[in-house]
Amino acid sequence: MAALNDEQVMLRDMAREWADNESPVTAFRKLRDAAPATGFDTEAWGAIGQMGWAGVVIPEEFGGSAFGYLSLGLVVEQLGRNLAVSPLSSTAVAASAIVMGTSDTAKQDWLPKLASGEAIATLAIDEGATHSLDVETTVEGGKLTGTKAFVAEGDGADVFVVAAKDGLYLVAKGEGVTVSPRKMADSRSHAEVRFDGAPAEKLGGPELTAQVADRAAAITAAEMLGMADSAFHQTLDYLKQRVQFGQVLSTFQALQHRMAKMLTELELMRSTVEGALEAIDAGRSDVDQAVSLAKATAGETLRLVSREMVQLYGGVGMTDEYDAGLYLKRSAVLEVMWGNAAYHRDRFARLNGY
Amino acid sequence: MATAAEQTRPEGAADDFRQEVRGWIEANFPASLRGSDNAMSAVEGPTEETPDQRQWREAMGDKGWGVPTWPKEYGGGGLDRAQARIVQEELARAGAYNPIGGMGVMMFGPTLLEYGSEEQKQQHIPGIARGEVRWCQGYSEPGAGSDLASLQTFAEDKGDHYLVNGQKTWTSGGQWADKCFALVRTDKSQKHAGISFLLIDMDAEGVETKPIRLISGQSPFCETFFTNVRVPKENLVGHEGQGWTIGTRLLQHERNSLSGGSGSASRMNAGNAVPNIAKKYRGTDAEGRIADADLRTRIVKHEMDQRAFALTLRRAALEAKGNAGPSAATSIMKNVGARITQDRAELNIEIMGMQGLGWEGEGFSEEELSQTRSWLWGKAVSIYGGSSEIQNNIVAKRILGMLDHQ
Repeated sequence: MAALNDEQVMLRDMAREWADNESPVTAFRKLRDAAPATGFDTEAWGAIGQMGWAGVVIPEEFGGSAFGYLSLGLVVEQLGRNLAVSPLSSTAVAASAIVMGTSDTAKQDWLPKLASGEAIATLAIDEGATHSLDVETTVEGGKLTGTKAFVAEGDGADVFVVAAKDGLYLVAKGEGVTVSPRKMADSRSHAEVRFDGAPAEKLGGPELTAQVADRAAAITAAEMLGMADSAFHQTLDYLKQRVQFGQVLSTFQALQHRMAKMLTELELMRSTVEGALEAIDAGRSDVDQAVSLAKATAGETLRLVSREMVQLYGGVGMTDEYDAGLYLKRSAVLEVMWGNAAYHRDRFARLNGY
Repeated sequence: MATAAEQTRPEGAADDFRQEVRGWIEANFPASLRGSDNAMSAVEGPTEETPDQRQWREAMGDKGWGVPTWPKEYGGGGLDRAQARIVQEELARAGAYNPIGGMGVMMFGPTLLEYGSEEQKQQHIPGIARGEVRWCQGYSEPGAGSDLASLQTFAEDKGDHYLVNGQKTWTSGGQWADKCFALVRTDKSQKHAGISFLLIDMDAEGVETKPIRLISGQSPFCETFFTNVRVPKENLVGHEGQGWTIGTRLLQHERNSLSGGSGSASRMNAGNAVPNIAKKYRGTDAEGRIADADLRTRIVKHEMDQRAFALTLRRAALEAKGNAGPSAATSIMKNVGARITQDRAELNIEIMGMQGLGWEGEGFSEEELSQTRSWLWGKAVSIYGGSSEIQNNIVAKRILGMLDHQ
């Protein structure tokens, strides 16, 4: 754990408690089976709004608390532990695109609503099946045209932060915006969003797009950290209960060493994720490197832990009744989102001149 | 938790202290030594001290800053962690090394401060703090490696002294050491509870050392033989049968220093970075990337691993603030540190091809020859101080609470 201040400790504990009491994995199952069109539970989102979590990276003058990214990451991590569903990450990161952008109108119009949870925002950047900042979307005379693929929380979003060739734009849902759901293995909201000459407000140039994508990757890594930590400890608990050959499985050295190896990787993962969030808060010049390190490490480690979870649970790990499969499926989606490990390794090497 | 002193000391006091340290280093550190390393090398053995090196060691010894957080009454610096960090930073800033080191500082000193009697601390700590007494570790035996508690070296109770017989091995620096902290058996009927922690003079009659030649060509370790060695009773640390508790506590300090908790691993990994060596030996493509894509991927993985490890050490240091000392988590650090050291060496020799496997003589640069040796020597790091497998056992049992096979 990074060196946290009192506010951060309080925030983390509060998020952990809320996730465990109000949003355990059973809540995700319920939502999955109910399958609302927006892709999230309005009651839970209302509670998140009231607790102010959507405003953690929004300045106080616009109704936020401006605690910063490490704080937001702590909340997202706790929710990730239980696969809690909400448009928190997408809304918070999209809000910081508006905060970092140059449009005062966008700030006045949207930030207070996003901080309170009254409105939902998301990023619409990628146009293909893998992450890339090379986009085809264009803007002419304030009208944006292009198609965005796999927009997370796209089904319920009121406003989109959209990457075009010349930078980042804000587009409200409505005229010229068509949202088509894409049902994916993780049973969460993903959508193709088509913009046909939709009215767009400019937020900044391509460098802003890159900065926002880094923030999205860092927050995704925080969710992955929560998932990996929880998946690991659930597996550990299972090994301590399951008896075969007259022994609990946790007494077998072959399994002990696999768990020790996973804990080792988890420790490294936590350091890189917290390191990236701290780099963002400190405004360091190497945020890009810190983020690539975090997302690559998170991708590899969550992959290891989620696959081992299924394997070590054995047959029941394959059943829908147990949670291992839910972690596996969400893991695979987050590994791809905002760049997989290979993408970030290549980027890290380039940034370091090799 | 910060200490009371840290909490109440105003900002200005830290600056004043920094000024004091800076001034003292300027006045005492011989300019001729700037950028050079400690004369005591764990692998090659100590070299003859130059007058300047001696002067610097004595100055640091008098000041106690070689072991900054040890109590002043035993020759330490008596500083809190924040002040110790300032000393470390100012030494680095001046290009000065810490001349006080070795096993006494890394492992034995902290353990004796915790478990030793008042007389033992007064007798042994000052010599370590001044860098005057070299200690070696008598733990492993030919038949007791990973299963250390099966050790057989026996200390027979002879009233006012013990009579020690047996053989130790992998005694680091045994041929140069003044004293040995050893695990010996005082009771043959119990395994762990029959072990005691004993301090033995290396120049006592009946102590013999024989260097072991390693695959790297170096001989940093000895076999040490004890034949009817008389050891005074006051050299027992703690009580009889407490040796395993004390000895494993010492191993935590060892792991901590091996994992880089005190900076030694980062020194081991210093030098030319792998990507630069790869660019030099293998060339780059039009975009400046290392030409061999497969190699490049493995280099990035290694570099990221190293960066993640550095962040983890930093995080562990922040979290350990005010804790009693190293915890079971140091096993994790030791394993990662070993993996990084070995991956780095494997990458380097792979990059250099035949040039990276030279043994001696013409046709190889200094750097190439040192790659061969450090690659071979590096195989020890996942074996000594408790092998990686033993560390994984410790992690599974002490951190994860996974029980022993029944």
